[in-house]
Amino acid sequence: MTSDFTPNEMMTIAASRALSNKDVCFVGIGAPSAACNVARLTHAPEITLIYESGTIGTAPDVLPLSIGDGELCETALTTVAVPEMFRYWLQGGRISIGFLSAAQLDRFGNINTTVIGDYRKPKVRLPGGGGAPEIATSCGQIFITMKQATRGFVEKLDFYTSFGHGDGGDHRQRLGLKTKGPTLLITDLAVWKPDPESKEFTAVSMHRGVTRDMVQETCGWKVRFSDRLEETPSPTELELSTLRDLQRRTELANGGKKGQ
Amino acid sequence: MAKFQSLPEAVAENLHDGDIAAFEGFTHLIPHAAAHEAIRQGRKDLTLIRMTPDIIYDQMIGMGMAKKVVFSYAGNPGVGLLRRMRDAIENGWPRSIETLEHSHAAMANAYEAGAAGLPCAVFRGYVGADLPKVNPEIRSVTCPFTGEKLAAVPAHRPDVALIHAQKASRRGDILIEGIIGVQKEVALAARRVVVTVEEIVDDFDDLHPNLCILPHWTIASVAHVPGGAHPSYTQGYYARDNAAYLLWDKISADRALFTEWMQKNVLDAGPEVFAARVEGL
Repeated sequence: MTSDFTPNEMMTIAASRALSNKDVCFVGIGAPSAACNVARLTHAPEITLIYESGTIGTAPDVLPLSIGDGELCETALTTVAVPEMFRYWLQGGRISIGFLSAAQLDRFGNINTTVIGDYRKPKVRLPGGGGAPEIATSCGQIFITMKQATRGFVEKLDFYTSFGHGDGGDHRQRLGLKTKGPTLLITDLAVWKPDPESKEFTAVSMHRGVTRDMVQETCGWKVRFSDRLEETPSPTELELSTLRDLQRRTELANGGKKGQ
Repeated sequence: MAKFQSLPEAVAENLHDGDIAAFEGFTHLIPHAAAHEAIRQGRKDLTLIRMTPDIIYDQMIGMGMAKKVVFSYAGNPGVGLLRRMRDAIENGWPRSIETLEHSHAAMANAYEAGAAGLPCAVFRGYVGADLPKVNPEIRSVTCPFTGEKLAAVPAHRPDVALIHAQKASRRGDILIEGIIGVQKEVALAARRVVVTVEEIVDDFDDLHPNLCILPHWTIASVAHVPGGAHPSYTQGYYARDNAAYLLWDKISADRALFTEWMQKNVLDAGPEVFAARVEGL
């Protein structure tokens, strides 16, 4: 165990631990990419990482700035066309985990990356969904990782870019979805899992030094804590040095800008 | 049959006011030089299709050339938002634009349906999502065999596709390598295809038999523009200029700065400047 780590490092490392050698993981833009590559460089060297630009089995030495950097293609087992990626690999049910981030998230794991405000008269026009609407429904299960803030953790989404558990309960089954949807949320403060019945995200472990108040103050809905709330194991020396080395290589390669 | 032309000739002959145009490239092989030529020629009222409208559509929208944009992810990849596109959507500057928004899966399927000569694409998508509420072109069909409800969107059939690629042979066959995105599908879905290439070689004899190649008889015009994807990249030739993408965030944040930058770097420049821009990348 090590004593000195940031909340962001804890988030990335906790997320990396959720991945295993047998997973085929569709890596979303943003925070997920670092977590997936730390997993690959530590306990899950056999994991298959897939980026929506068509790269399958990619093993980048540095984190890409975009989802289509040359590094992803050069280190991949194969690179397929984008229609093939979405039709054969994602829709074909060959991906076990989709790893997403969000601008807005609600308690049922529904995600908004489209607009803040009204769609026709937006306060802020965000980039949009990209691959997320189908990643959210076609992957075996969905992991979400993002930093907690009341701006992002909201009571009600302005727009449903991708579907999590909808209104909760059996909403996915009622829409005919056979995949599990969001099963894990990793933030800079805590690890959350959906309640088996209501599907509402419940904090199951808090990172070292985090209090219940800190989790509640950065969340726009009334937080439910597990009866068996645990402390997230802190990063090991190996996890931390792997992440820091990866980020150092990335900054060197990108002229100072952190990759994703 | 592919004609070898200068970029100004190729664009003038194939891109007209009011066209439905797709300047494609999935992070890789983005046809920046072709887009800048379209800007210099002052084309207007374009309907622009693109999975990932990034800097080039931000520039074309900021110059008032677009009346409508059809897209699935409008961001500066790895950096943030598209500020000129936002200004057009949020404030109508320099003109208001219509948008038609899809998911990546829908856009990729729509290009493939266009290439396959089908009227629409059918796929499993949009379940529980809000886009079907704001995009009337997202509909559904019921599978006649299983009864499953599937998403349907119209095929993309652009008037013209503009893409960048690694190589052309002397006959005008086109070789595309690396992240091939939807380059093949958009070319086969479009009525006319303009390709800018890094290099012209004698032929593609003795290469791997399964390469991604567009035969010369599917292409209208080929223009030799080394560096023509910059600041995007061409696998095997030069890397992505990430610093330029970061810089665009600042340039595009301010209308006056944007206008000044476009004058100097696009309107007063020509396709020949791209070769120097990729030196050292």
